[in-house]
Amino acid sequence: MTVALCEEIKLRQNYLEREPINTVYFGGGTPSILSKDNLSSILETIHKYFSVNHDAEITLEANPDDLNSEKLRDLYGLGVNRLSIGIQSFKEEVLHFLNRAHNRKQALNSVSEARNIGFNNISIDLIYGIPINSHEDWENDLHEITKIKPEHISSYCLTIEPKTVFGHRAKMGTLSLKGEDFEARQYELLIEKLKSIGYEHYEVSNFCLPGMHSKHNSSYWKQAKYLGIGPGAHSYNGASRQFNVTNNHKYISSLYKDNIPTQQEVLSREDKVNEYLLTGLRTIWGVDLDYLKDNYDYDLKKLKGSYVNNLIDNRFATLDANDLKLTEEGLLLADEISASLFI
Amino acid sequence: MEQIRNFCIIAHIDHGKSTLADRLLQSTGTVNERDMQAQLLDDMDLERERGITIKSHAIQMDYVHEGQTYTLNLIDTPGHVDFSYEVSRSIAACEGALLIVDAAQGIEAQTISNLYLALEHDLEIIPVLNKIDLPSAMPEEVTDEIVSLIGCDPTDVIHASAKEGIGITDILEAIIHRIPAPKGDLQKPLKAMIFDSVFNPFRGIEVYFRVFDGEINKGDKVKFVNTGKTYEADEIGVLKLQQQPKDTIKAGNVGYIISGIKVAKEVKVGDTITHVNKPCEAVKGFENVKPMVFAGIYPVETSEFEELRASMEKLQLNDASLIWEPETSAALGFGFRCGFLGMLHMEIVQERLEREFDMTVITTVPSVQFHAVKSDGTIIKINAPSEMPEPNTISHIEEPFIRAQIITKDEFIGNIISLCMDKRGIIKNQVYLTTERVELTFELPLSEIVFDFFDKLKTLSKGYASLDYELIGFRQSTMVKLDIMLNGDRVDALSAIVHRDKAYEWGKRLCEKLRELIPRQMFEIAIQASIGTKIIARESVKAMRKNVLAKCYGGDISRKRKLLEKQKKGKKRMRQVGNVEIPQEAFMAVLKLD
Repeated sequence: MTVALCEEIKLRQNYLEREPINTVYFGGGTPSILSKDNLSSILETIHKYFSVNHDAEITLEANPDDLNSEKLRDLYGLGVNRLSIGIQSFKEEVLHFLNRAHNRKQALNSVSEARNIGFNNISIDLIYGIPINSHEDWENDLHEITKIKPEHISSYCLTIEPKTVFGHRAKMGTLSLKGEDFEARQYELLIEKLKSIGYEHYEVSNFCLPGMHSKHNSSYWKQAKYLGIGPGAHSYNGASRQFNVTNNHKYISSLYKDNIPTQQEVLSREDKVNEYLLTGLRTIWGVDLDYLKDNYDYDLKKLKGSYVNNLIDNRFATLDANDLKLTEEGLLLADEISASLFI
Repeated sequence: MEQIRNFCIIAHIDHGKSTLADRLLQSTGTVNERDMQAQLLDDMDLERERGITIKSHAIQMDYVHEGQTYTLNLIDTPGHVDFSYEVSRSIAACEGALLIVDAAQGIEAQTISNLYLALEHDLEIIPVLNKIDLPSAMPEEVTDEIVSLIGCDPTDVIHASAKEGIGITDILEAIIHRIPAPKGDLQKPLKAMIFDSVFNPFRGIEVYFRVFDGEINKGDKVKFVNTGKTYEADEIGVLKLQQQPKDTIKAGNVGYIISGIKVAKEVKVGDTITHVNKPCEAVKGFENVKPMVFAGIYPVETSEFEELRASMEKLQLNDASLIWEPETSAALGFGFRCGFLGMLHMEIVQERLEREFDMTVITTVPSVQFHAVKSDGTIIKINAPSEMPEPNTISHIEEPFIRAQIITKDEFIGNIISLCMDKRGIIKNQVYLTTERVELTFELPLSEIVFDFFDKLKTLSKGYASLDYELIGFRQSTMVKLDIMLNGDRVDALSAIVHRDKAYEWGKRLCEKLRELIPRQMFEIAIQASIGTKIIARESVKAMRKNVLAKCYGGDISRKRKLLEKQKKGKKRMRQVGNVEIPQEAFMAVLKLD
């Protein structure tokens, strides 16, 4: 796999038109299982074919149980300067319910160990809306944050996808979610708590201490170009999106023959506008109505004026120097609102 | 004329009419195996799916018996109560009828009423006990039922299985021997009766007729007596599997005429065709078809109004019983108020609009026609709740009543009587057809049976009840107009005219149903039912709390955009009233009360 990844990096060295790279992100599953040598050769290949800024953000997603001190030291030594740790919960029952391999202790240790080794940009993932987790349990989970103070927190609502263990259980009727009101309340608790201890809520699911935004993820929401390497990875070059085959075997065998196994989707004006709306409205930066008008000739104020005014009157959104931004209430309905503003 | 036999088939749905028709066509060599499509006579997709012959057709077969070739005209009849007038005209075109009864089911109400029609027209009845091969067949009991109903000899009842091909020759022989040849006078002026018409997109309307007297020739100048319109007979012929043009169709026979008619409305079933120069008297029994159920049809997209109009016009080309006029609704914009023969007809129209014309439509609460009687006795016809006058401007309201015949097993009598009482019915008669089967007669308001009565009847009787009804006139009733308001805005398309005693229950249930059907939106929605200014029921749809996907990173954006585009498309199918989005099915909520 590593050989194939390096091969793809080489083949796609011109995708970003030789612009310097500001962020590198190892994600999409558990890249922490990569050995030191594997990681090292991938990073070397990136450095060989791309010019990476000296202060680039280099993130690696990891599960707490993969992060022993040796692993952490290796990662640090390789230049990884940001960790995204899939803690999900601090409660044993919940970790068990979620079929996680780690326990509460490992979750807490992974953060403190990383700090000891020198990591000063740590993000953790937390899940809410879990049926067995009452509001009180969730508040307890959130209270743990005050102890470890990660620089960044991503918190997602539990969703059930088909063709997964949970999907199967839901289909069999042995698992059901608690519904919109329950989830909305936990989301509100999340926001209240994190804001009260100094975090900035800068995207629907993302919070950070001042200045510690995920540079990498923010670039997705700001229409930056990106190159995704690996099976199932998506790339965007400003005009089209490419997505690689998801099957590992097909991916490797295709790259063995110097073929990038990818499909392309050219984005129309409508697609670009709609993507700008759906990503922008999720962030504190909002969408710039002048940008939409000047670049895509989409005059939201004129075309959806009464809807927009309604949003503002009911405090779902604010309009500030032609930047339309959703309030916390609006963020809870971000999909509903952006779909209504689509071309 | 001696060698012609005209007959129809009287049967209940599913008793095997179409299969038997297929067998007759095969046995007479009218179709060969290769052309054989199951249930040949039902050629619209919809009919095939519903298993009901909606529009009647006719087909001519040749049958050789003892060296003599006979012409057999089979005139198909619709099998649903919505189309009973058409049935009466098909029957009037025949001298005989095959009475098909399922040997496992026995006679049903619809069959009996059609049988009575046939007896009124002096048709020779050939009883056929079908599905005799079924293990559940009860030939003795059902034969007794037939014998007591038509007073025939038990040996006259032919045992058959259309599916297995049993008894088909017996039936053909009986048609020759028992059904009389048509009588008619070739010397008299042309007198032919229209019993059906079909729209052909290339040639205009094809009119099917039976000649009683005289003859019609290609190129004749003919007149349709009731419409007064005249035409030239461009083409006439007989109906084999395909049309077979002829120069002449003589008294006693059945044929078709094509004369460049473009609109189905000009062709009225039951009308008389005669010669312009030498006219005859009209055939008796003609009626203008009257719609029984009215509802609004609106495009889901307001911009598609003109497209809907064009589709309705095309639909009307081959459905003369559909009537409509433009209507405006504050909630739904521009649309049409339509009159239908019954609920089945309404469903068919809606489905045809969706399937054949790719229109997505909203159908509003169906209603019957009420009469508002003013103090001077003048009558205002009310086809829509919006037409209901203020109560203080009128003397009273009258509503249409029907006489309903229900045939069932005696064990279900109790259930059925309480259903009919609940529907404001009055029992008029109760007759045992056999020791187990009972015919009940009720008088009921039509408005109570148009919605779900038939379904309920079926459920209560585990399927062992059949229904037939006829209109018996208008009677005074205390009807009120019930309005529905969403966030204080009245939604005219959800208004209904209901009996005062039922208004509270209706309002309550409708509000509850709407609460289920209207999805949560960004604002709380108050649902209220009112009579005049008085609120009689209320519910609310809580505001939507959360509609946002958790993750939206590089690999999620495409999928998420598509998801939201789909969400937006779903919204487009909804109707905006004030700031409330109402899904299409909410307008039909009334039909799903319970």
